[in-house]
Amino acid sequence: MTKLTHLTMADALAGLAAKEFTAVELTQAHLDAMAAAKELNAYIIETPDVALKQAADADARYAKGEQRALDGLPLGIKDLFCTEGVQTTAASHILDGFVPPYESTVTTQLFRDGAVMLGKLNLDEFAMGSANITSHYGPVISPWSPKDEAGNFTRKLVPGGSSGGSAAAVAARLALGATGTDTGGSIRQPASFVGIVGIKPTYGRCSRWGIVAFASSLDQAGPMTRTVKDAALMLRSMAGYDPKDSTSIDVPVPDYAAALTGDIRGLRVGIPKEYRVDGMPAEIEKLWQQGIEWLKAAGATPVEISLPHTKYALPAYYIVAPAEASSNLARYDGVRFGLRVEGKDLKEMYENTRAEGFGAEVKRRIMIGTYVLSAGYYDAYYLKAQKVRARIAEDFTKAYELCDVILTPTAPSAAFGIGEKMDDPIAMYLNDVFTVPANLAGLPGLSVPAGLSGEGLPLGLQVLGRPFNEATVLKVGHVIEQAAGPQPLPPLVS
Amino acid sequence: MSLDKATVAKIAHLARIKVPDSDLEQLAGELNTIMHWVEMLGEVDTQNVEPMTSVVAANLRRRPDAVTDGGYPEKVVANATDATENFFSVPKVVE
Repeated sequence: MTKLTHLTMADALAGLAAKEFTAVELTQAHLDAMAAAKELNAYIIETPDVALKQAADADARYAKGEQRALDGLPLGIKDLFCTEGVQTTAASHILDGFVPPYESTVTTQLFRDGAVMLGKLNLDEFAMGSANITSHYGPVISPWSPKDEAGNFTRKLVPGGSSGGSAAAVAARLALGATGTDTGGSIRQPASFVGIVGIKPTYGRCSRWGIVAFASSLDQAGPMTRTVKDAALMLRSMAGYDPKDSTSIDVPVPDYAAALTGDIRGLRVGIPKEYRVDGMPAEIEKLWQQGIEWLKAAGATPVEISLPHTKYALPAYYIVAPAEASSNLARYDGVRFGLRVEGKDLKEMYENTRAEGFGAEVKRRIMIGTYVLSAGYYDAYYLKAQKVRARIAEDFTKAYELCDVILTPTAPSAAFGIGEKMDDPIAMYLNDVFTVPANLAGLPGLSVPAGLSGEGLPLGLQVLGRPFNEATVLKVGHVIEQAAGPQPLPPLVS
Repeated sequence: MSLDKATVAKIAHLARIKVPDSDLEQLAGELNTIMHWVEMLGEVDTQNVEPMTSVVAANLRRRPDAVTDGGYPEKVVANATDATENFFSVPKVVE
């Protein structure tokens, strides 16, 4: 029999229903795996007591034949989701000791459907980063990192970011699935780096209530899983209208798993010519071509499209996101929660608290945001970026007159080593060159594993869709997954 | 334009982040790298383009003007470093 930690969510549900194992056994197997994989630093805090209690409750429901959609499935929760009674840090020193007295809507819905919380997963501080190296709790190490015969790392690879703990945990079989959040690629890029599936839904699809805010007009929660079907199952529980989030949209949530028919005959797949960026490795280009061939073989029609403002997406993002972050993060002042560093007066207390509580990247972005929103610069920077954003969104609207989905690589490279790309913030920002446009335009985007690089590291393809058409995005991702076939396991796996 | 040390100090003050004088030079360099890079937005023609304020075309909902939450001040102040009688306490601001 397959190891319990290696099951897909769909197979685990079947096994639980058939009484092949219990939810407590499944959860314990994961807790044991987590204990043996501490070197990856995927979890900031483990919650075995919560998990075993939830698992026992699930078993009671199975015994009565009253099981729910995700009953007894052990998941990791990105530590950006507020969890009632369990510390929530956003991987920042400034949230030291914060224990939310409430539960985020997304986790409430997952627990409503029977999911089990194994713990809170590491991330870049306030989700700001593409390598999971800005966490106050230390970097996450990708389970793809090579070791020598003595068992020492010869190179520590990043799992991507910001949902790096989620990515590492799911890839290393330390959770059946995990929640992520995606502001500029933070679900899709790490999914690509570790060889798992991740989907950022349409803006407004999942409630942002109770998720620590980074950039409110860009943030979306989504699932990170090992198969497209699991992503479909998990998204259905996470999504839905929430009166507590004024940007949440009241549209029906379809049965996403039912959309995975494999039938994409006649579907028009847009191939944006502007995504052939300078310096893109040949292997990424080749993978992209392979993806086009797979979809063609399944009966879809590739169509060349143009998204002319693509190169302006990243600079627009690096005005809009810091501006919103500087505003959102103003709440961390040492008064109501988290760290307080005393000063001679109130103002100095604020300044001392924020100087000690925030890491370098977060400070840099708050200051950029403060600058672009400050008197005299608002029009030149923030307003200009919002206008460019409108043009980027318009590019997609025009493109979707010619095609139904868009296929691109997820990231311009495979995973890199911890410590590389550290000197130049812009080199790090370029990781998100293919993922950021979907956030700016609010569109759904999925990353699906499609093959390995020359070095043997995972590479993903990205499928973008029309607003609220996650079902088609998942359907196309499923076709790519089937065509790519089984992917190798990472070397460090439970 | 370039951010000088004085401007960076002013931004830090506006952002309520204490930055030691010795760090201003390096921070100015980092911020300038980013600000020069975003200058490329100037190439985009945005004449007659409305700035995007919402990614989904949706009107904000209305609801009855009723109290739907609250009544638990001890939960509200539970995470404060210094809370007295359900109030947040801060250093004295009035002499």
